Amino acid sequence: MSAPPVFTPGPDAPTPGNPETFTEKRRNLLSGESIFGGVSQVVLVIWALMVILPFAWMVMTSFKTDPEIIFSPWSFPDSLQWNNFQRAWDEARIGTYFKNTIIVVSFSVFFTLLVSSMTAYVLARFEFPGSRWLFYLFMAGLMFPVFLALVPLFFVVKDLGMLGTYRGLILVYVAYSLPFSVFFLTGFFKTLPSELAEAAIVDGASHYRVFFGIMLPLAKPGLLAIGIFNVLGQWNQFILPLVLNPDPNNYLLTQGLAFLAIQQGYQNDYSALFAALTITMIPILTVYIIFQRRLEAGLTAGALKG
Amino acid sequence: MNHGKYRLIIPFLAPALILYTVFVLYPYASAVRNSFYLWRGVSANKTFIGLDNYRKLWDDDNFRTALTHNGQMLIVLPLFTISIAMLFATLFVQGGKGVRGAGFYRVVYFFPQVMSVVIVGVLWQYIYNPNSGILNEALRAVGLGSLARSWLGDASYALWAVAAVVIWQSVGFYMVLFVAGMQSIPFDFYEAARLDGASRFAQYKDITVPLMWENIRVAVIYIAIAALDLFTIVQVMTEGKPNRSSDVVARFMYEQAFTNSQFGYASAIGVVLLILTFILAMIMLVLSRRDRLEF
Repeated sequence: MSAPPVFTPGPDAPTPGNPETFTEKRRNLLSGESIFGGVSQVVLVIWALMVILPFAWMVMTSFKTDPEIIFSPWSFPDSLQWNNFQRAWDEARIGTYFKNTIIVVSFSVFFTLLVSSMTAYVLARFEFPGSRWLFYLFMAGLMFPVFLALVPLFFVVKDLGMLGTYRGLILVYVAYSLPFSVFFLTGFFKTLPSELAEAAIVDGASHYRVFFGIMLPLAKPGLLAIGIFNVLGQWNQFILPLVLNPDPNNYLLTQGLAFLAIQQGYQNDYSALFAALTITMIPILTVYIIFQRRLEAGLTAGALKG
Repeated sequence: MNHGKYRLIIPFLAPALILYTVFVLYPYASAVRNSFYLWRGVSANKTFIGLDNYRKLWDDDNFRTALTHNGQMLIVLPLFTISIAMLFATLFVQGGKGVRGAGFYRVVYFFPQVMSVVIVGVLWQYIYNPNSGILNEALRAVGLGSLARSWLGDASYALWAVAAVVIWQSVGFYMVLFVAGMQSIPFDFYEAARLDGASRFAQYKDITVPLMWENIRVAVIYIAIAALDLFTIVQVMTEGKPNRSSDVVARFMYEQAFTNSQFGYASAIGVVLLILTFILAMIMLVLSRRDRLEF
């Protein structure tokens, strides 16, 4: 650790506390440790490759022919097989699954945001008998393993005549998204200033107007964070549709993929399967890259406060 | 401010309460009740049999096998995930805030966490493929062909191959968590220790780890609960095969319920899983309790 004091500057991200002096001090202190920095880089690069390579391989494979996939898994495709995507979309029905998923997820995210922000607002801003108890009741939902509920849930949805329907899935998605969303948004509403709302009430605005006209717009950053979180979570949901959506014609993407993966065992259309994987990944990748910062903050917030 | 507040509170809480009661609370309560009944098939006929489902469970070798695997995951997953995540977080933070490409690493490392477990599972199934998978191909390419094997088809490796994927997927999430924790440690602490002549290792052991204890504790509890709840990745990658060598309790329960229509029995498995989760969380909260360091 006594290498010559060489420091290679890197991008400065904001740090908590006192950003300027924090980074400065760190610079001075670490200036004698470029070896450590070098080792860091090597290890970090290796893991980055371990993360990127499988996905890159997946995308590359989705452009190959089946013989290429089987006989030369590492090599690039001779020519790009766009028709893999065509087959995945039509014959493997990924197009239908995609449409189903979009419908279910857009409605359920909308209603999750609406219902959980109303609940969180009440829990954060009003004192009434049992309000804390109610908050803990929602939090309990974060602890229970979902498997325990599966069998009765199946019969509840069946008895309501909603098995394999969009509305059944949407309602159940909303219900199971409530605990974390309410938890997150309650914390968020507590941080918002109350002066505006109080002034509006004094001016004669109704509680409804205050909520929809003042509080919801103020809560936009929180709604966005939990909205993205739910878009990804519900897009990736597998267990609930597996049990509540049994008809293969109505599968959602995750179900369709799992189904397709099993089918490939005897159909050997690997190229369509990989194209299907890529099609399913693209929306997640897009949302992730656009909203990465917010999402990271949102996902880790739960753990940090927990 | 409180004028007429109940006219807001009741309609605002009603939708959430109704949904939560019908689709979450009632099913959980109902599952506990069902675990005391013999209930086969989709008929409504249930016979009360007290604790018989639990007794049967006690003697069920397949259940024990699955439970043993969850136990192994309970040790392996937190140990590896947290060690690797701590190592990366340390390299990331201690290598200077300006480790080159910091933003890039964060984006990349976190990505598998947001990916669908189904995509990850199917993808790794093919990476592990004995003939045309890239793992074996890579081993052969570097002259380690003797290590190439049927990762998911071999009873001695299947469970560990799945565990490796679970770790691979979640390491980035915990790294980001730990980086946030490490960056909130005041730098003066390290400066003071250094002036007193403390080595890097001593600084790490006596400053970083104790101050990170709360984060590590939370991570252990999270991963342990996830280890008990393992389902999707196993269902997608192996369905518990070969010969139940990679089976886990949640998947075994799913099979009992939705393949064998043993609804009462499956509910008992779920209840045991719930009780184990609570016991585990309690044990860890007690064991890991240290004086909380305020800074």
